[in-house]
Amino acid sequence: MTDAAKLTSTDPAGDPNTLMTLTNVVKHFPIRRGVIIKSEVGQVKAVDGVTLDIRRGETLGLVGETGCGKSTLARCITRLFPLTSGTINFDGHDISRLSPRAMRPYRRQVQMIFQDPYGSLNPRRRIGSIIGDPFAIHGVADGQERKLKVQELMELVGLNPEHYNRFPSDFSGGQRQRIGVARALALRPKLIVCDEPVSALDVSIQAQIINLLKSLQSEFGLTYLFIAHDLSVVEHVSDRVAVMYLGKIVEFADKSKLFGSPRHPYTAALLSATSIADPDRAAARQRIVLHGDVPSPINPPTGCRFHPRCPIAQPICSQLEPALIPVLNDTSAHITACHFPLADGQHLPTGRPSIEQGGEKSAS
Amino acid sequence: MSISELADQPMPAPGDAGAPSGSVLGRSPWQLAWARLRRDRVALACVAFIVFLILVAVFADPLSHLIGWGPTQQDRATGTDINGLPTGPGRIHLLGADQLGRDILVRLIYGTRVSLVVGVAAALAAVVIGVIVGLCAGFLGPAVDSVLARLMDVVLAFPFLLFAIALVTVIGPSELLEIGVIAFFSWAAVGRIVRGQTLAIREREYVEAARSLGAGNLRIMVIDVLPNLIAPVLVYVTLLIPISIVFEATLSFLGVGIIPPTASWGNMLNDAQAGGLYQVAWWFLAFPAAALVLTTLAFNLLGDSVRDALDPRTERLFAK
Repeated sequence: MTDAAKLTSTDPAGDPNTLMTLTNVVKHFPIRRGVIIKSEVGQVKAVDGVTLDIRRGETLGLVGETGCGKSTLARCITRLFPLTSGTINFDGHDISRLSPRAMRPYRRQVQMIFQDPYGSLNPRRRIGSIIGDPFAIHGVADGQERKLKVQELMELVGLNPEHYNRFPSDFSGGQRQRIGVARALALRPKLIVCDEPVSALDVSIQAQIINLLKSLQSEFGLTYLFIAHDLSVVEHVSDRVAVMYLGKIVEFADKSKLFGSPRHPYTAALLSATSIADPDRAAARQRIVLHGDVPSPINPPTGCRFHPRCPIAQPICSQLEPALIPVLNDTSAHITACHFPLADGQHLPTGRPSIEQGGEKSAS
Repeated sequence: MSISELADQPMPAPGDAGAPSGSVLGRSPWQLAWARLRRDRVALACVAFIVFLILVAVFADPLSHLIGWGPTQQDRATGTDINGLPTGPGRIHLLGADQLGRDILVRLIYGTRVSLVVGVAAALAAVVIGVIVGLCAGFLGPAVDSVLARLMDVVLAFPFLLFAIALVTVIGPSELLEIGVIAFFSWAAVGRIVRGQTLAIREREYVEAARSLGAGNLRIMVIDVLPNLIAPVLVYVTLLIPISIVFEATLSFLGVGIIPPTASWGNMLNDAQAGGLYQVAWWFLAFPAAALVLTTLAFNLLGDSVRDALDPRTERLFAK
């Protein structure tokens, strides 16, 4: 795990174009048993050594299956969860160990848009007060001034400012997500973490929200970390894309590189599962169906975490963890963690995984 | 059901950008609950009865003046017959007299005052303590929770009647102590409810959103969690008031609550059973008991109605 981080090819922390650098970020949730005397019986390794850099003004897409640790990573970045280890460098400052008080100025600069537009708005509060929350918490504007600012924001995200006094239940899902966007935008943050902002919405409304996010980005020079499990959405919005599997980044590249020549078998499998609107093309395409479920993050597979489901796994995959480095003849901007990366145009076999679970193998 | 009452139904949204149409007014959850409550006849009857009780308690002095007897005034001439037995309901004493010739109606009126003051004050005190402790236990993490939750368990495990009698015997009975004792034994139940609700609410995404904005614990507890607790707490308050009233009557009945000669429903019942007087003077027992039962019933039924009104799912029951 630590090896992978050390071997990462670039050190973008000093680069002025880098807004945020994650170095080997780890988040383990302890599993406790017992009523009064609690003993730790295990750990959920939700995020297990993620190294990423986010450049100013870009949209970084983060994709992966449900349960791979995307949302946990988002909450680590916004410091809703304390890190188990690793560092987060934001705009030249290490914010990974700051106390809640010291964190406050950075909270203004890193905001979050949540997945569930129904759960993320307090049903008992009026939306004027919800959108005005950032101003109230940071003491930015009061009274009439705050109301004006809130109404400005509402107009900016395409809501009718006259609905200032309504309750969240009066709005549709898309409108609620606009409220969430307005709230995140209130303090003019530098980075907005979008945690699956459109996955709870109808497809027609997804496009509206994505277009809103894009136009706000160009207007305010925002940087997005865009988390999604829908690859077509990510392809539409992102400049660069990171693919996550079981708490680790397995491939990280520019959008065109990643979608054009995926190196990691998992990326290839994900890409083959995207929905295509054209039925003829969809029928002609080769679908790679992965066998089995995502293994438990409590006891992840040894070596490469993908090996129990990988159709091209070799014995070494269960023993040695591949480093996240440029493979084949890729540039340093395209890094992959795989012992047997796919060459351009190479197809994955559709068969069953070729080796057994690594733990059993090494025991024998 | 009129069109405007449909406002809380999820809006069909053909176009996302289209705002809710202007003709439909957005109404707060409280307005909707109030509208539902107003359609509930049982609730209205209960409210009427409770308002009547409050008026009686407030205007006890002029009422007793009107009736012509004071609450502790003994009618030696007509209150008891030649055998010393209390006289029954009639022209002179509308609801009869007690063994000392005191007017039952006037004493009932003053007893209403005691019951309401003690019942409401104790319930409110219990709710304030319970909400604060429950909120802290539910919100401030497992360490605070384990201490406060155990504390609530301990309070709930007390043999309350025994403890109340012992405490009052040691300190000496007074109305304030009675309120304190009742509140002390009621807050833990409120605390448990609030703690449970808080534990659920604190995992909601809007709490996370507030945290990501930089809100502190106190702000989240007051601004985001508390408004979501009001509904269950309000229901519990309307149920806690009759419990406190009965509790007050119990303590007074046992002679550790309101000190005679001040009238309370509890010590009137005690007077009635002392020496088996109720066997010959039924009015002595029946009227205070009826007052207690009706008051308790009114508050309990109102509590049920409030719960139904605050529950959005009951809307379907009213929809026709």
